[in-house]
Amino acid sequence: MLFWTIIKVSFKSLQANKLRTFLAMLGIIIGVGAVISMLALGAGAKNQVMERITAMGTNLLVVSPGGDRRGGVRAGSRESLTIKDAQEIRDTIDGIAAISPLVRGREQVTYFNENVNTTITGTASTYLEIRNFEMEKGRGFTVMEEDHTSRVAILGANTAELLFKNQNPLGERIRIKNINFKVIGVLKEKGDQGWFNPDEIVVVPYPVAMKQLFGQPHLDEIDIKANTDADLTQVEEDVTALLRKRHRIMEDAENDFHVRNQAEIIDMASTFTRTFTILLGGIAGISLVVGGIGIMNIMLVTVTERTREIGVRKAIGAKDRDILRQFLLEAILISAIGGILGIVFGFTVAYAIKQFTEYQTVIETFSIMLALTVSASVGIFFGFYPAFRAAKLDPIAALRYE
Amino acid sequence: MMLETQNLQKTYQLGEATVTALAGVNIAIDEGEMVAITGPSGSGKSTLMHILGCLDTPDGGKYILAGEDISSLSKDRLATIRNRKIGFVFQFFNLLPRISAIENVELPLLYAGKKETRSMAIQALETVGLKDRMTHEPNQLSGGQRQRVAVARAIVTNPAIILADEPTGNLDSKTGDEILSLFQRLNEEGRTIIVVTHDDYVSRHCGRQIRFRDGKVEEGY
Ligand SMILES: Nc1ncnc2c1ncn2[C@@H]1O[C@H](COP(=O)(O)OP(=O)(O)O)[C@@H](O)[C@H]1O
Ligand SMILES: [Mg+2]
Repeated sequence: MLFWTIIKVSFKSLQANKLRTFLAMLGIIIGVGAVISMLALGAGAKNQVMERITAMGTNLLVVSPGGDRRGGVRAGSRESLTIKDAQEIRDTIDGIAAISPLVRGREQVTYFNENVNTTITGTASTYLEIRNFEMEKGRGFTVMEEDHTSRVAILGANTAELLFKNQNPLGERIRIKNINFKVIGVLKEKGDQGWFNPDEIVVVPYPVAMKQLFGQPHLDEIDIKANTDADLTQVEEDVTALLRKRHRIMEDAENDFHVRNQAEIIDMASTFTRTFTILLGGIAGISLVVGGIGIMNIMLVTVTERTREIGVRKAIGAKDRDILRQFLLEAILISAIGGILGIVFGFTVAYAIKQFTEYQTVIETFSIMLALTVSASVGIFFGFYPAFRAAKLDPIAALRYE
Repeated sequence: MMLETQNLQKTYQLGEATVTALAGVNIAIDEGEMVAITGPSGSGKSTLMHILGCLDTPDGGKYILAGEDISSLSKDRLATIRNRKIGFVFQFFNLLPRISAIENVELPLLYAGKKETRSMAIQALETVGLKDRMTHEPNQLSGGQRQRVAVARAIVTNPAIILADEPTGNLDSKTGDEILSLFQRLNEEGRTIIVVTHDDYVSRHCGRQIRFRDGKVEEGY
């Protein structure tokens, strides 16, 4: 029988029982909608996490003093890192693009009547590049200013806002611990990262911070950005070996420093978000299967109800496969239309989540393809048995059926 | 010879009991005949019609339709024969609901893979005098009109033989007469028609009568 005729006949019989058709579709609509919106939620979470991680800097190794955490307490001295360590890492280890010593402490920062209590970060001029900061206005400091212990400062977006409101901070002098610093730049906003807000900092050259602000000879951190083509794990090993040697750590003793590898964090985060996505998608997938069973149920009822029609069709010359195709197509139509409505539903839910909750949602083409393929397969799979039953009906029994 | 049966047998198993529906039926019908099959209820008339219509196969004996032995054909082949060589008319019309008269008439042509289905269906509806009702759905038609649509559906593929199982059984006598005269006209045009009927008036207007009793053709017919 001509394809379009079957489609027309199928549509007619679906139309004739609108409510039932809709109920059969409902399972698929909900299933596909759930798959789309849950995968969107998973993808959104992944994006959010990755955004935060790259905002911290990519290809990044962070060396901090004190050994690995043991039950919340760090082994080793908190004062183990020195400027010399940083210099020797820079001079002897391959694959390093930039390195910055770092000290930090909370201080009161004032500008006339305005004041904020915030984190002062003393770094090298390379810090902004390492941590992926961009300038909103002005400039970063130079190596010269670093060496001459110049009193210059770069403000995070929030700090600038709090101290200066609408006024232009560039060239103004702020006071930290009664020392004047000239503002030479303002950083672009990055967004809060939960445990740390990069928009609230004040960045100054590390020599001036160490000598004049904090009076400390040791470093709080060494930030290392590896070359893009460098093996981050290799650099980490080299840094570890060098520092152990410099700190004269015995063969079987533990490190008195700690190296955090950005690649590991990204790996961990993506493993986590993938598991999260699979979990959400899996739960949603189960509802698709339930939807498929709904279709099978309705199709079995339809076949029983239309036994006489099947008998008539056979009497006028329909072959078993004509009947099979017709009922299979009806099941596929139900699930395909249900699938399309489900996509609309999924989009709506994903949009609503984005609008009314703090979660991001991202709909990927992949998930639409997946939902459509799965719903069509569900139609074929769960439609086959009822269609097969219809095709095998004995025409005489079907004609006698009341 | 249009069709011929030789010692047709058919039994049904109902639990323990074996019901003999056909106990050796021998009939022969020529091209262009109009034959009435009569007999009491349960005598095997419908069973015979189903076998003649290739909807069912006999347990024993032979059935030859237009020179072809039907007894041993595949299901698909039987479906093709039903489609091309046989037109059915049932007591309860058996039109498909929710599709128009013309779509009902087109149905056998679609299964036959024909292209010009519309014009052929219109022609068939014209023959039964229902061209002006072709867009109506079955539930918008009277009983007699429905049966005429069914006749149009039966003749649209230009089959060798028309089988009607009590076609007037569900109609009042006036519309029954109309259907009878329709069959007579078709027969005059050269079609072979077999009608199962309880109605003496109908059987008297057929060219020949075959009486059934207990799954057999009664003596003398
Ligand atoms: N599917 C079936 N199962 C069991 N018995 C049947 C079946 N079909 C017909 N019969 C029996 O076969 C006999 C002939 O039936 P049928 O051909 O319908 O008679 P008629 O059409 O002459 O009234 C009856 O006794 C009927 O009960
Ligand atoms: Mg009967």
